[in-house]
Amino acid sequence: MSDDNLLIDATTKIFEDLCDPQNINAAKDDSWKQLLWNALEESGLTSAWVPEEFGGAGASLSDGFSIIEVAGKFAVPIALPETLLGGWLLSNANINIPTGIMAVAPTRPRDKLTIHSNGTLNGQVRGVPFASEADHIVAAIEDAGSTKVALVAKNNCEIKSFSGLSGDPRDTILFDNVDAISIQKLQGDLSYRSVKLMGATIRSLQIGGALMAILELATEHAKTRVAFEKPIAKFQAVQHNLAKLANETAAAVAVANSAADTLANSSDNEQAIFFEASSAKIRTGEAVGEGTAIAHQVLGAIGFTEEHILHRFTQRLWDWRDDFGNESEWAVELGALIAENGADELWPLLTTR
Amino acid sequence: MSQSINFDPIRLPPEAEELRLEVREFLAEEIANGSFNPSSSILKSGFDREFSKRVGKRGWIGMTWPKKYGGQERSFLERYVVTEEFRSQNAPVTCHFTADRQSGPVLLKYAQEHIKLDILPRITAGDCCFCIGLSEPNSGSDLFAASTKATPTAGGYLINGTKLWTSNAHQADYMIGLFRTSPPTKENRRHGLTQFLVDLKQPNITINPVRNMAGKHDFNEVVFDNLFIPEDHLLGEVDSAWKQATSELAYERSGPERFLETYYMLPELVRVLGKEPDIRAKEGVGRLVAQLHTLRRMSVSVNGMLQAGKEPVLEGSIVKDVGTIWEQALPSKARELASFIDDEPGNRTNFDELLQFSTNIAPKLTIQGGTTEVLRGIIARGLGLR
Repeated sequence: MSDDNLLIDATTKIFEDLCDPQNINAAKDDSWKQLLWNALEESGLTSAWVPEEFGGAGASLSDGFSIIEVAGKFAVPIALPETLLGGWLLSNANINIPTGIMAVAPTRPRDKLTIHSNGTLNGQVRGVPFASEADHIVAAIEDAGSTKVALVAKNNCEIKSFSGLSGDPRDTILFDNVDAISIQKLQGDLSYRSVKLMGATIRSLQIGGALMAILELATEHAKTRVAFEKPIAKFQAVQHNLAKLANETAAAVAVANSAADTLANSSDNEQAIFFEASSAKIRTGEAVGEGTAIAHQVLGAIGFTEEHILHRFTQRLWDWRDDFGNESEWAVELGALIAENGADELWPLLTTR
Repeated sequence: MSQSINFDPIRLPPEAEELRLEVREFLAEEIANGSFNPSSSILKSGFDREFSKRVGKRGWIGMTWPKKYGGQERSFLERYVVTEEFRSQNAPVTCHFTADRQSGPVLLKYAQEHIKLDILPRITAGDCCFCIGLSEPNSGSDLFAASTKATPTAGGYLINGTKLWTSNAHQADYMIGLFRTSPPTKENRRHGLTQFLVDLKQPNITINPVRNMAGKHDFNEVVFDNLFIPEDHLLGEVDSAWKQATSELAYERSGPERFLETYYMLPELVRVLGKEPDIRAKEGVGRLVAQLHTLRRMSVSVNGMLQAGKEPVLEGSIVKDVGTIWEQALPSKARELASFIDDEPGNRTNFDELLQFSTNIAPKLTIQGGTTEVLRGIIARGLGLR
């Protein structure tokens, strides 16, 4: 998977064939999910970030990020990014990768798990994407000054099912003296915060991808929808709204890709990674608010129906901006760092790269 | 995707980062020598020919141009670093910046060889100031409505008419002016305008000050009364200036100066908020910094794509639209976030002074160099809507 464009084309093809938003929206049941998952698994996309010695595809971080951005473009409603992240975490903790779907916890900044002295996992985590559809849960735990990664069979946990705005699972998981399949220390320079930053970057890329998709949807709609005797694209008010949607999309795509590039370049230090990934989640989260509002405004009542696919994107965009820290949570953390560093350090930080 | 938006995640190359350190050292020396004070220079005139000459000596004006015209043949990303470092310290770059950014490149592309050899080395030496003669009393955003006339005469043209809101005309040596050589045609209302190089230091030109609402003299009215321009000062093709404008737009619109004009408010806000601001101020600062970081990444990316020979015109307009809106909103956001600071006498005097100034100049930021409305029109065209 060394050639970027080949990988993107192959991923796009799978989604076009098996995860077309129009087809899924009209589907009578969820049987497409298994077909899609099988295709992704067979092509090695679900284990992209797992090294070959662990049975994965051994792709680079940047290849995995490309897959995730494409998944955003299709508003893919299965646990592909979660399974990629789970594989990345496990392999960075030297834990063998199971087959099947993985969910990662916690995804909310204030939720925490603990390891009991008898080695079992305890605690409650909320809003975990796709926990109920997963075979395994990959948990990150701050424990005695280090970060541990645990692989847990989903069936050993108590799951309370909830849905996000999109209807995708955002479940509560109760860990009550749960035995893990394995618990190992996270290796290298990676910390508990690295997990959150990786999650934030993944969601930022998905957001950028989905914003590109709704920009195209709204633009195409405006060119063909006639009102007041002409295509609404001819109205300056509509043009300017769509230009603003393009602006927000551009900002999201740029900052998300910059964060991904920073993470993929392991020589960058942790402050740089924090700065990039937190900024990405803040700015993409802001872009979601303005961008979705404009897309819906352009699509009018048509876009507000269940029948139209716009909501497949906008509702997931709203879900994604809350996963792995929303913009307010990250902004407070980033603002605290800026204040602590002091005014004179702001410019050097901004111009690190 | 029918309209894909590309922002390659470009990193500044090592030579640009080395240059950054040189620029910082130079600016620190200038500040130490009292040539300008970064915390108040913004309130004063940014025109300092002697400073510009010292910058020129370092080879940092027209640094991407060919060596035979005084340039250094360095990359756009290196120029980017110089520009942003100067802006961040509020260095007085007015004398050379317009020529460095746009007038020089126009001459490079369209001027005759002897003109290039004469003027470009003076620009790179920091001793030649340019202004841009576009707007007129009845032609602001709508450039193609310009009516100042260039009438052919023996050996050249006679110019009659008025340019208005011309920044720095009173200090500039030259103008690149847009004048009407033919009426517009039915098929193309942009037809009929021609670019000329105008030597401002001659009779038949009257320059009157137009003070702005912040109390500064920056704008001017420039009246041409039978001004003779020799034939060889014509730039490019007669009647076809509209074709010449577009390729430069990405350079002109995507630079760091398009979002850093009120940047000084941000470190000043951080300074007055102190080490442990309340959660509201932390969130506010965090958002502003994330937004600025995003703009910078977009802008670096566009400049990297330009360096690679691409033409990111849509992306360039997006940077300016988002950037100018951001720099315009910054003073008012800083004002709100500073509301609950415990006042210690003297603590926020500088903040308040800069806030007044930046609030006063904020309205112009989304007007100069292409209004928000014009930019959105260009973006809409890029999306295939027009």
